[in-house]
Amino acid sequence: MANVTLRNVRKTYTGGFEAIKGVNVDVGDGQFCVLVGPSGCGKSTLLRMVAGLETVTGGEIDIGGRVVNQVEPADRDIAMVFQNYALYPHMSVFNNMAYGLRNRGMKEAEVKTRVEEAARVLELAPMLERKPRQLSGGQRQRVAMGRAIVRQPKVFLFDEPLSNLDAKLRIAMRVEIRKLQRRLNTTSIYVTHDQLEAMTLADILVVMNGGQVEQIGNPLAIYEKPATTFVASFIGAPPMNLMSTRTEEIKSQLGGSAGDAGILGIRPEDFVITDQTPAGGVALPLTVEAIERVGAETFIYGSRAQDEQRVAATPGELPPGEVIVRIPGTEAPAIGQKIRVGAIRSKLHLFSGDGRSRIEA
Amino acid sequence: MVEDEGFQRYVAHFILWVGIAIVAFPVYIAIVASTQDNALIANGQMSLLPGGHFFEVYYQTIFVGTSGSTREPVYNMMLNSLVMALLIAVGKIAISIISAYGIVYFRFPFRMPIFWIIFITLMLPVEVRIYPTYKIVADLHMLDSYAGLSLPLIASATATLLFRQFFMTVPDELLEASRIDGAGPLRFFWDTLLPLSRTNMAALFVILFILGWNQYLWPLLITTRDDMQTIQVGIRKMITTTDALTEWPVVMATAVLAMLPPVFVVVAMQKLFVRGLVETEK
Amino acid sequence: MQKQAIFQSKLLPYALVAPQLAIVLIFFYWPALQAVIQSFLLQDAFGLSSNFVWLDNYVELFRDPAYFEAIVRTFFFSFAIAVSSLSFALLLAVMADKPLRGSMLYRTLLIWPYAVAPPVVGVLWIFMLHPSLGVLARYLRAVGIDWNPLLDGNQAAALIILAAAWKQISYNFLFFLAGLQAIPKSVFEAAAIDGARPMRRFWTVTFPLLSPTIFFLLVVNIVYAFFDTFGIIDTMTRGGPGTSTVTLVYKVYSDGLLGGNLGSSAAQSVILMVMVIVLTGIQFRFVERKVTY
Repeated sequence: MANVTLRNVRKTYTGGFEAIKGVNVDVGDGQFCVLVGPSGCGKSTLLRMVAGLETVTGGEIDIGGRVVNQVEPADRDIAMVFQNYALYPHMSVFNNMAYGLRNRGMKEAEVKTRVEEAARVLELAPMLERKPRQLSGGQRQRVAMGRAIVRQPKVFLFDEPLSNLDAKLRIAMRVEIRKLQRRLNTTSIYVTHDQLEAMTLADILVVMNGGQVEQIGNPLAIYEKPATTFVASFIGAPPMNLMSTRTEEIKSQLGGSAGDAGILGIRPEDFVITDQTPAGGVALPLTVEAIERVGAETFIYGSRAQDEQRVAATPGELPPGEVIVRIPGTEAPAIGQKIRVGAIRSKLHLFSGDGRSRIEA
Repeated sequence: MVEDEGFQRYVAHFILWVGIAIVAFPVYIAIVASTQDNALIANGQMSLLPGGHFFEVYYQTIFVGTSGSTREPVYNMMLNSLVMALLIAVGKIAISIISAYGIVYFRFPFRMPIFWIIFITLMLPVEVRIYPTYKIVADLHMLDSYAGLSLPLIASATATLLFRQFFMTVPDELLEASRIDGAGPLRFFWDTLLPLSRTNMAALFVILFILGWNQYLWPLLITTRDDMQTIQVGIRKMITTTDALTEWPVVMATAVLAMLPPVFVVVAMQKLFVRGLVETEK
Repeated sequence: MQKQAIFQSKLLPYALVAPQLAIVLIFFYWPALQAVIQSFLLQDAFGLSSNFVWLDNYVELFRDPAYFEAIVRTFFFSFAIAVSSLSFALLLAVMADKPLRGSMLYRTLLIWPYAVAPPVVGVLWIFMLHPSLGVLARYLRAVGIDWNPLLDGNQAAALIILAAAWKQISYNFLFFLAGLQAIPKSVFEAAAIDGARPMRRFWTVTFPLLSPTIFFLLVVNIVYAFFDTFGIIDTMTRGGPGTSTVTLVYKVYSDGLLGGNLGSSAAQSVILMVMVIVLTGIQFRFVERKVTY
């Protein structure tokens, strides 16, 4: 049991490329921390630095009260689940799990007890003698998990462990990982680029971008109060609608409350189709361009009358002038129809013009 | 496809059998000749069907040798060839796999120069530096020795490159998982990399064994004693005497015996052989 | 191309490369260097002293018509062996690539001659075509050919080319088959739908797509003909009759062994080295092209 603390951690490669630009994260004992961000944001690098697979060029990594910057991976008392599982292809499932224990000189009887216990928990008992290539993707994934839990380490590290599975299995394994972590109550750090995975797994969510932390916190708190336009558009699907407050249409509706804000954000589900303008809120006229009915809800893709500037260069960005509206059920206007959608005051998110900070009205 | 049916197919079968016949004919003749009487062959009266002298010819070949100048039994030549081929194959694999491991999995000063020093040897077969190499082997008192037969042929980069290529395809995560599992460099090599390289080693072994067994020019130069002759050198010496004295059935029996081990390896381990051949040419 | 995941160690990597480095330096670089040095020296008749003679050995070589003939002969042999062996192997590979019953058996029956050593190839063929006792020589004479490769240089050359090409069939067949199998079947199917008949399909689709393999095999076959024919020549003709089957490698061997002219032999070695380096260079360029193909 341990907490993991990153103090101003930096990574600069010999070529001068700065992959991690000073990160501070504090993961409490038994907590599940998820690092999320687009590819290349440095989340995997950061995880590998915690594992000891990458050197730390600045700051401190502290595991259970011990600074481990110079400690070999094997001596950090961590276990890692890799994206491609990294199972030893020539060893049986049993030996894959036992290898790390035997290398530490554990007695064979104890090795056997631990591996069998892990196999029971992960429902791998019938396939202990098989080789990895005789297993399905989900089973391999469980072996990789087993290899981590037999060690009973202080910290679990997960590097996108579910990204090689198909969608259905991914959801099932996601639930299993969470249950397992709750039961073992082991501090965990989990890397993913999938915001849904991040939201559902995390006690603490760390949103990263360009080698820096954009926001840290409880996933729902982040969802409700994204600190930057990057977080706003990265967390939540479909992404938050972002628009400039400089157009006459919006400026006039926001009135004085716009203040210094340059960007207005509204989540698709916060819109309602209405003829009125909600008090203190915002209403937009849209032309319906496309409709997606997925059963419980319907997405309306509308275009605004006037073109406007791009406001945020981030993943999930919408084309200029496009707005997504989510409504429950399957009722929807016809394509080409002109509608009016509105959002109430409390559902508006205001950001500075550069998108780097949130403005509370 | 449709046109591969029927007539086209028979044509293909026919051409392939003609090809096989052409490829097999010289060997068939050798087998037939090795069971016949020398006098008949020397008169140009050789039959195209097997004769009745199989046992006496092979007994003489293996245990006695020709009655002429090189009275060396062929079993001894085969033994020499076998030792040389094994030394070349095992030696080359052993030194190559560890040097490839060093070059791929470590960073150290002069890594790239060392790689190039080894790499360049790929370009030049022993034939082009034959006399200087002979002189060095002579200076090292390795003439007529197994070391002299095999060491100069071990000095080449093919296997190192092959292993390097293979190591590059081994996922980095395997090494990282090993490090987290507490394995150091030697342990990772022994527990993980070596078992993973098994198929490559086997494929390489098949190719190197055949190449070693079939060496000719080098053994011809550095063996002076008859009892150190390899079978390839021995068979050549059997037909050095005047035509009339050449004991053709014994020569042909020796040819068959010389073909037997490598051909057996190719046929029995075809998959590994094909793989080794394709890999070493990459 | 470099690994990202590596081990840290100061001495271990040197220990790992040391054995190979030692063998390569002693048995490769030292002799190669000696060959280069020796090619600039002239030894006296007793081998007691030697003088530095600059490029005399090379100049003499190129003035020697016999050497020039050997160069031409080697290239002619290489070309003839490569073309005959490649075309026959390609025919067989195209046939074996069809979905035939027993295609694995065909492959097995066609690839084993790879394992036959050059001197044994020589022995097999000289026996079949021996002027006085060869079984095939009988038929040649029966159809009126005055067959005697032991006396007729052209016939001897033909014999060598035939035997060397025979041995190389299996190697070429194997690579052609692999090359053919690497071409997606859908390409042939598309060509068939586009109305190309089998022969046309071969020349317009198969052959161009196989051209990297063909080029690769051409280089390999030439290198083979340079070096591996030594065993065949030495058992069949010993370079004779006269010098009509002396190739460059055979000349290095016989000049050094019989003539004892080490300077000239060394110069020949150096020239051979340059030729091989050029050939290998061509091959590497090809490998690079294959990657981007």
